Amino acid sequence: MNLSMSGGVENLGNSTTTVIKFGWIKEVWNFRELFYFFIWRDIKIRYKQTVLGALWAIIQPFFTMVVFTIFFGNFAKVPSEGVPYPVFSYSALVPWTYFSGALGASGNSLIGNSNLLTKVYFPRFAIPASAALSGILDFFIASILLFGIMIYFHIPLSLDLLFWPVLVIPLIFLALGLGMIFSSLNVKYRDIKYTIPFLIQLGLFVTPVIYPISILPDKYKLFVALNPMTGIIEAFRSTVIPNKQIDFWLLLYSVIVSLLIFLFGLMYFRKTEKEFADLV
Amino acid sequence: MSEYRMEHSIIVENISKKYDISKLKKDTQFREALVNLLKRTFLRDKINKEEIWALKNVSFSVEKGEIVGIIGRNGAGKSTLLKILSKITIPTSGQIKVKGRVGSLLEVGTGFHEELSGRENIYLNGSILGMKKKEVKEKLDEIISFSEVEKFLDTPIKWYSSGMRLKLGFSVAAHLNTEILFIDEVLAVGDVAFQRKCLDKMKELRNSGRTVIFVSHTMITVEHLCPRALWIDNGELRQDGRTADVIKNYMGGIRGEWSADFKISEFSVLKQQSGFDLTLVANRQGSGDIRFTGMEFLDQDGHLKKTIRSGDRLKVRLYYQGNKPISKPEFYFRIRNEFGEKIATLSPFLSGYEIPTLYPGTGYIDVDIDFLNIMPSRYYITLYILHDNGIINNNIVDDIEHAGTLDVEVSNYYQSDRGIDKWWGIMFLPCKWNLEGMNIHEESVKSM
Repeated sequence: MNLSMSGGVENLGNSTTTVIKFGWIKEVWNFRELFYFFIWRDIKIRYKQTVLGALWAIIQPFFTMVVFTIFFGNFAKVPSEGVPYPVFSYSALVPWTYFSGALGASGNSLIGNSNLLTKVYFPRFAIPASAALSGILDFFIASILLFGIMIYFHIPLSLDLLFWPVLVIPLIFLALGLGMIFSSLNVKYRDIKYTIPFLIQLGLFVTPVIYPISILPDKYKLFVALNPMTGIIEAFRSTVIPNKQIDFWLLLYSVIVSLLIFLFGLMYFRKTEKEFADLV
Repeated sequence: MSEYRMEHSIIVENISKKYDISKLKKDTQFREALVNLLKRTFLRDKINKEEIWALKNVSFSVEKGEIVGIIGRNGAGKSTLLKILSKITIPTSGQIKVKGRVGSLLEVGTGFHEELSGRENIYLNGSILGMKKKEVKEKLDEIISFSEVEKFLDTPIKWYSSGMRLKLGFSVAAHLNTEILFIDEVLAVGDVAFQRKCLDKMKELRNSGRTVIFVSHTMITVEHLCPRALWIDNGELRQDGRTADVIKNYMGGIRGEWSADFKISEFSVLKQQSGFDLTLVANRQGSGDIRFTGMEFLDQDGHLKKTIRSGDRLKVRLYYQGNKPISKPEFYFRIRNEFGEKIATLSPFLSGYEIPTLYPGTGYIDVDIDFLNIMPSRYYITLYILHDNGIINNNIVDDIEHAGTLDVEVSNYYQSDRGIDKWWGIMFLPCKWNLEGMNIHEESVKSM
């Protein structure tokens, strides 16, 4: 949608420009309160009328870690890079849980908010963006438990941990970028929503969450490294596991790919956003 | 184009909007789209496009401070126009220039979430409508007292009655402070006292210097509030002028149908005119031994009825298909209003019929309504089939909650050119006035 402002006049015409204009960024900034309200609403809903409230943030990664430890750590005897398997897997599960949650939420966000799309105007970006961001609180709560687990297993806490919260940023871009692509496609083609949980499941296996990269044969290492999640997850782990160095180049690759996916997703979203109200 | 000063608040230039109905007919699936793409590339197959023009070359301009009403039958394009003005959808061609901050009220309570309290929803809804948190905070007391739900303000709205919800939604919207307002009739809300309040609030708008475009389904409110009106018919701007004149023409045209060639833009009205195909409905209950396959609204000659008005004679034909014999079948045709309230239920059972057995195969059943005593509005049709004392034993054969819509238009039954619409009540009772007992000069009484 071309919203050019000249002399305070808005021109609503049919335009095919898909370039992300500075005007759009300004508009999103003007609507930032609505953003906060959507996130506030999602978080409030999640915790209202629940017995366990904030504990839900921990339950998913924690119990997954327990099950993985039993089956992969103990029975399958998957190596865990010098630390107890629970620490190894939990440190990857916390960011992974955030990512899969954010991708699922933003991927379905447009269809889920169809009544808003047909009745009110606001930059549509607010919908997938707030869906992706509302999981951040859970991420931080689950991270606190990580420190508890580390202390329990006597893993020394190093300064590297300061990096932990920073690393969630490329994760947000990646989840949101993919989320925008999926949610736009989903408006047009309703069966896309079935592919998201399926892709997330596959993603769990092509990312070194359950296993360390070291157990893979060399050519598969390259394949897994191409997955942008790999660099980020490995980096998360490096802040936790002592003597594990951050693979800087892999992380850089992941960050760049995440940003590119985000930009591509944003452009595709902006291009198709005009039709949302008509199709949803 | 940008040099001339915008004295007008809104300039609409040659707006047209096209919908591709075939896309909307069923939820497209990705694999289908892929197949279509291959068809188009390799087989040079032309994909069947059914295009509908919801708006055709509409142009008008509105000055700052003007209040303009838009009237027209259902499906004529009024709501589409408002959506385009509100930036919710974009025109296929044409331009719109808007100067000033815009607020749109296309529905009351947009964005309300059941689990949140009334207070929380005020903030949420306010933000969605474009109000800043500060604004809402400043007006919070006013909003709360207008809504009349102070006592329950901190309970989740899922416990509110529908009336309370409407009042809350309207009171947030009523405090929207933008220079330009687009309103899709949201006034028929709540009880009589509240409706009065709403009308008074709307009158305040007149004196506030704001620019308002108001889509309405009730003639009285348009006459009351808008000095100027636009008549949209079939996607075209039919008339633009003094409200009294426009309404006269609109109602006058109903005396004899002025346009036989209807092409309606709104999909549900389109379906109503061509019959509802119920074979595709997935959302249904019941054993399925008989299923409704179609519903048609017909006139006395058995032709599909193009326009249904209050007071009309209406024949409804329900098609079914059964694959097993059913004992003592009972067919039900139910009309609900926009609030889900039961308006009428028709059934051969209620009319005293008892069908011992319905044999398998396809067939239809007709019901002839002598006089449609309901006011112009959109109604929803529920269809269901029971068997063997189904009401007591809950033997459901087929149950479609939302089988279709019935749009009843305003009629000119008395040929008075005065719109008898839902402003005046919920039922349409045909009547004849006798003035003989009055102390007047009968010859001086004008009658149409």
